[in-house]
Amino acid sequence: MSEKKLMTGNEAVARGAWEAGLVFASAYPGTPSTEILENLVGYEDGPYTEWAPNEKVAMEAAIGASMAGVRSMATMKHVGVNVAADPLFTFAYTGVNGGMVLVSADDPGLHSSQNEQDNRHYADAAKLLMLEPSDSAEAKNYVKLGLELSERFDTPVLLRMTTRICHSKSLVPLDERTPVAYIPYERNIAKFVATPANARVMREKLIARFKDEQDYSNGEAVRLGVNRIEWASGQTEGERVGVVSAGAAYQYARDVFGDGASYLKLGVTWPMPIELVREFASGVDKLYVIEELDPYMEMKIKAAGIDCIGKEIIPEWDELNTDVVRRAVFGESAETLTADIKAVPRPPTLCAGCPHRGFFYGLSKRKDVVITGDIGCYTLGSAPPLSAMDSCFCMGGSISTGHGAAKAFEASGRDARIVAVIGDSTFFHSGVTSLMNVAYNGSRTVTIVMDNRITAMTGQQQNPGTGFTLQGEPAPQVDIPLLCEAIGINKDNIHVINPLNLDEVNKTLDHVLAAEEASVVITRWPCALKRFSAGDLAEFELERKVCVVDSEKCTRCKLCVKTGCPAIYGGEVVTINGDMCTGCDICIQICPFGAIREVTT
Amino acid sequence: MTTAILLVGVGGQGTILASKILSEGLVSVGHDVKMSEIHGMSQRGGNVSTQIRYGDKVNSPIIGKGEADIIVAFEKMEALRWLEYLKPGGKMIVNDFEIPPAPVLMGVAAYPEGILEELSAKADVTTLRAGEIAERMGNARAMNIVLLGATVRAIAAVSDAIEGICWDEILRANIKPAFVELNTKAFTRGFEL
Repeated sequence: MSEKKLMTGNEAVARGAWEAGLVFASAYPGTPSTEILENLVGYEDGPYTEWAPNEKVAMEAAIGASMAGVRSMATMKHVGVNVAADPLFTFAYTGVNGGMVLVSADDPGLHSSQNEQDNRHYADAAKLLMLEPSDSAEAKNYVKLGLELSERFDTPVLLRMTTRICHSKSLVPLDERTPVAYIPYERNIAKFVATPANARVMREKLIARFKDEQDYSNGEAVRLGVNRIEWASGQTEGERVGVVSAGAAYQYARDVFGDGASYLKLGVTWPMPIELVREFASGVDKLYVIEELDPYMEMKIKAAGIDCIGKEIIPEWDELNTDVVRRAVFGESAETLTADIKAVPRPPTLCAGCPHRGFFYGLSKRKDVVITGDIGCYTLGSAPPLSAMDSCFCMGGSISTGHGAAKAFEASGRDARIVAVIGDSTFFHSGVTSLMNVAYNGSRTVTIVMDNRITAMTGQQQNPGTGFTLQGEPAPQVDIPLLCEAIGINKDNIHVINPLNLDEVNKTLDHVLAAEEASVVITRWPCALKRFSAGDLAEFELERKVCVVDSEKCTRCKLCVKTGCPAIYGGEVVTINGDMCTGCDICIQICPFGAIREVTT
Repeated sequence: MTTAILLVGVGGQGTILASKILSEGLVSVGHDVKMSEIHGMSQRGGNVSTQIRYGDKVNSPIIGKGEADIIVAFEKMEALRWLEYLKPGGKMIVNDFEIPPAPVLMGVAAYPEGILEELSAKADVTTLRAGEIAERMGNARAMNIVLLGATVRAIAAVSDAIEGICWDEILRANIKPAFVELNTKAFTRGFEL
């Protein structure tokens, strides 16, 4: 028996990729997918791994590696697949050379996302063979199986994970790495050059492939136990209950229905094994489909004329759990204890010492500005007491939505100014082209690149601006001011400032808000949680200091509390938590009574 | 038969490490174990929960309302927030330790009073001051391991699930060498309380 290890789904995906002889992996960090590459990088003799600037780049790099004849993988969160969708759809036409798996980590329940889209629909739309693991052992196996099926059916394979699969640990039997021989590369214009003439032929093959994949889903996948029927014993004729399920939902269904029901547990969910469903349905009297988010399986089952109960009772939003499923199916809840006093909510906040706080504090005082936001820690600038944000849609969207709004305000004679805020990593992800549009089509947008020297929200990943690769090796750094100048922003309108110096923030805001053309402010200071590099220590004054309140001088005006700093407690007496405080000084700068001072620790 | 343990706290308190050590201990004596954690926003001062279920065969990795056999709250108000997840008759271990959330810091809400009394009136609650205990032992950051020790004791009180686990070995495998001695003591202290 092989060794078993407790692993998260993400760790298991990395292990599976390593065992399967993967040679290339690329990703853009995104919760809940980030740890896949962070784990893969740790394997000796493991694949080449890299952080790409965005998911489209990661996908395309993985396509190139596959075309060149090695097994490759791209990993991303659900919304990242939207970014990568363009190459993905055509790659489904061309097919692969080396096997290729795309990992989509969906986030039912929006634990850390802007939406809870159901990426199983990508399998339908792009015609991708899809695998859905229900625990870490399956996550590992399905990466390996996915790479094999990719080569066999000449298609990219979608491995669809969800937060609870990515971030739950369960036991995984370990195997050794099996190196896979490189597949020779030969120029094949008809296969890989998607001109209209070639792509018409590819499209025909794509459609024809479906039949073989469906046979696999109904046949071989069943023999392998990837799609399997688990018949209950001793059910009474006329009262036999069957459950079709996949992914995390299968585990909840198992707990709720227990051994009294039969299960059709699906690992391959595109193509759906409709003949297998039909066989299962004919052996039960009442058929439930238990799935998270959209009625993806249910619609296919109903379209095949098979009667089932699904979203009539199971919620189409939020993640499921045993409690939700039990209530939906049996109308009963577990007995609970309730307290007569209520807990105060604990929303996430910008950290103590966060460089974004200084800038947002200055910005929050401005009138007649519309602040278009973006995806990252700085989205927390929208929370009270700063409340300095009007919108947030997607990665890189702040600058382009700001541009459109600026043009609309101009056209309609309103005089609000647009301030677009975007982080360094998000700017590299997809903000650069947006800023190019601002320069090219001339809006007076003020763009703030909040350069905290790291990809912070997803847990401190390197990016093209930090000077290091995923492996921690030195790398060239993007020069943001020079880049802005090169894409058409007037050099005089590009400012690099310290966001923790409120005087500098305010003077710069005065200047750029009065400017007649587009301007860029780069707020450059490292994230408070960052492990500082030698370069950071040389560039910034980062010696550890702590702010303390002089209670004699403090008048309890609580201006300092209105910065939203989690280290400042505005109780009867205002105090600063010395364990959290980093000595960023913002509170000292705004205290009108000189009641806060700094001490070196 | 599965047992469900819920560890709740605030980002940065070390709940995930404590859960990892507990899970590995349970695995080492042959239990099927699943552990679920939520990262992401938690690092920014939000609440954190890690959930452990163990037994012969575990399906769901997460615990529903009214299903936790033991809840370990690393922060007092989090105990209150998660009370409805406790199985009636279940055990609650509460660290008498306050971390005011943003609305309290800003003065727009008050940190609730009488939490321990309220919880004790509703459930079987053991309270300890793990922060102070760890601080007296030399490092307040070992608070999570004091709480882990107390959790293991609570499991031992109701079942033989943890018999034969070599905790020293598992602590050593999960903690930096410089802190192993401190944390081993912290674990023992938490267990003996």
